[in-house]
Amino acid sequence: MKIFGKKEKKPRIKLGKLESREARMGYLFVAPWLVGVLAFLLIPLAQSFYYMWYNIRITPNGMKFTFLGTGNFTQIWLENPEFPQQLVTYIWQTLIEVPIIVVFALMIAIMLNGKIVARGFFRLIFFLPVIIVSGPVMNLLVSEGASSIPAMDTQAIVSAMETVLPVSAAEGIGEIFSNMIMTLWYSGVQILIFLSALQKVDPSMYEAAKIDGGSEWECFWKITLPTIKPMILLCSVYSVIFLSGNEQNELITMIKDAMFSGTKEKGYGYASAMAWMYALVITLITLLFFLLLGSKKDHYDRLVKKHQKQLKKEEREAKRIERRGRRNAARMEKIQRKGKFTTYDGSGDY
Amino acid sequence: MTAQAITKKDLRSYFTKEKLHRFMFGTREKQGAGKMIAIYGLLICIGFVYLYPIFYMISTSFMDQNDLLDTSVKWIPSHFYLRNYVDAGASLDFVASFFKGILIAGIPTACNILVDMMVGYGFARYEFKGKKIMMAILIFSYILPKQVTMIPTYVLYNNMGILGTIWTFALPALFGNGLNAPIFILIFYQFFRQVPKVLMEAAAIDGAGHFKRFFRIAVPSAVPAIVTVVLFSFVWYWNESYLTELYVQGLSGNSIWTNLVVQLKNFDSSFASKATVGSTATSLNESVRMAATSLSIIPLLIMYLILQKQFVESIDRAGITGE
Repeated sequence: MKIFGKKEKKPRIKLGKLESREARMGYLFVAPWLVGVLAFLLIPLAQSFYYMWYNIRITPNGMKFTFLGTGNFTQIWLENPEFPQQLVTYIWQTLIEVPIIVVFALMIAIMLNGKIVARGFFRLIFFLPVIIVSGPVMNLLVSEGASSIPAMDTQAIVSAMETVLPVSAAEGIGEIFSNMIMTLWYSGVQILIFLSALQKVDPSMYEAAKIDGGSEWECFWKITLPTIKPMILLCSVYSVIFLSGNEQNELITMIKDAMFSGTKEKGYGYASAMAWMYALVITLITLLFFLLLGSKKDHYDRLVKKHQKQLKKEEREAKRIERRGRRNAARMEKIQRKGKFTTYDGSGDY
Repeated sequence: MTAQAITKKDLRSYFTKEKLHRFMFGTREKQGAGKMIAIYGLLICIGFVYLYPIFYMISTSFMDQNDLLDTSVKWIPSHFYLRNYVDAGASLDFVASFFKGILIAGIPTACNILVDMMVGYGFARYEFKGKKIMMAILIFSYILPKQVTMIPTYVLYNNMGILGTIWTFALPALFGNGLNAPIFILIFYQFFRQVPKVLMEAAAIDGAGHFKRFFRIAVPSAVPAIVTVVLFSFVWYWNESYLTELYVQGLSGNSIWTNLVVQLKNFDSSFASKATVGSTATSLNESVRMAATSLSIIPLLIMYLILQKQFVESIDRAGITGE
């Protein structure tokens, strides 16, 4: 009651008293995060952007900055070929691994989505790696050779790949195949996301499709896939980010090593330059997946719109034909009239 | 001759194409046997391949030197051999690392929950200027690799003098920037948006303030989301070795903090140093390494088996997939 009374006394144009108080409470709730973002994200981001143009030496009196310009980048690209090489291998690996992870997760989710007796048990198995995957555990398992599928001849695959693809790509793919189980292990969360999404697809849609004579194969492509498309995007992005921060990834180890390297040219600035390039690559890969999979509009909306567009086009076409017909008729009439009624001087107009 | 012809004919009329098809692929009401066999076969095969590294690890960890060299011993060790576990446990400093690991994972998780829940609630319930930009920054902060901000943050912690303490994990978590915090904030955001608005309005009419509404209505209704976030946050902090080494250990080597995965990472060197002290220790072989790996994942494995239902239903109930 009090609120309304005050509002009448002092009318505001922009925000009502209630709204502005609500907004203030909103800021209060997100305030810790805002401070955190400023302190642990935006300011460090600016700092590392600043660092990457400098050579930084650590002295007892603090950090000593020497301006290099693009020196760090030329150093990385020209004199230390390992980083660019790893970067290219990383790009190849991510672009291949993410679809493998997503397709595998979707496959398992679809199989588990049917009437399965021991669904809980299988879910338990396929989610298990999520709690195990950590850098050291994975590294140890890989180094013991426990990570390749027992019956798969990886060597043959790699040598076959090398004849078709560039070396860096073949190397990456070979690594993926020899660590196939590890790649599949990253799909635990994705399986659950897909499973949860699949169970929320409206069953009446399948019923309607079946009545119209659609096979299961068609149902999958026309109903299931478009409905869970946002989840595919979500899983792809999750996989990209997970792979990027994963300790199996040698790039992040290289950045850390460069950070604490005692040599003259390496150090914080050098590592910052590396990190920025790495971040740029990851952002580009994420964007690529967004472009490929992300569309704001619903699939069915799009179909309807397409149909409407088609209808409009036909309508326009019909109108044009009609207009043309009318014009032609008028012209004909004019010509006919011309033939009938000639003016006295013969010029045709009055 | 005639009898045979009759039986063949009978068979042909009995096993029609439609019947076979129905048997294999099923009808609308019943799933076909062929399809079921295919699905179960695939699931069991993939499941075995999936768990192969774990089977390998467990089987190898019980083998002694002779079993490793003997090619006839493949899966089942010739006798029950626990020495690997004793040695590995000693090198990992298992008990101390275990409890420290619980603290390293538990304290930031607690901070994460509290703050992320508040932030998620703020984003979900209130309209204010700049909300869209903030959400964009939130997502951006998730995509951005940690390596970019890692170096200045390291310098910051160093200047604050908290390098090598648990604060390096707890402090960002207290300010909503812990490990994978954007995911948790988004989970809470999604969850609180689904809590009916009428409920909040009813409480407001009954005179509940903003904080009372949050603590009395929003928090109790968010239990499924809280469970999800607790589990994931704990597991992710537990398994983090890169940042733990960098921040909580501070790379100085004299920090008291450590957890099992970091110990596992430095296992080879610590085993070597232990082996020179104790004369009876066996030489470092893959059995010991696998025993150490098993030891480092056993705590989470037990937790997983106890809380399996919460784990596998976590994503379903946190409402990530909508509705």
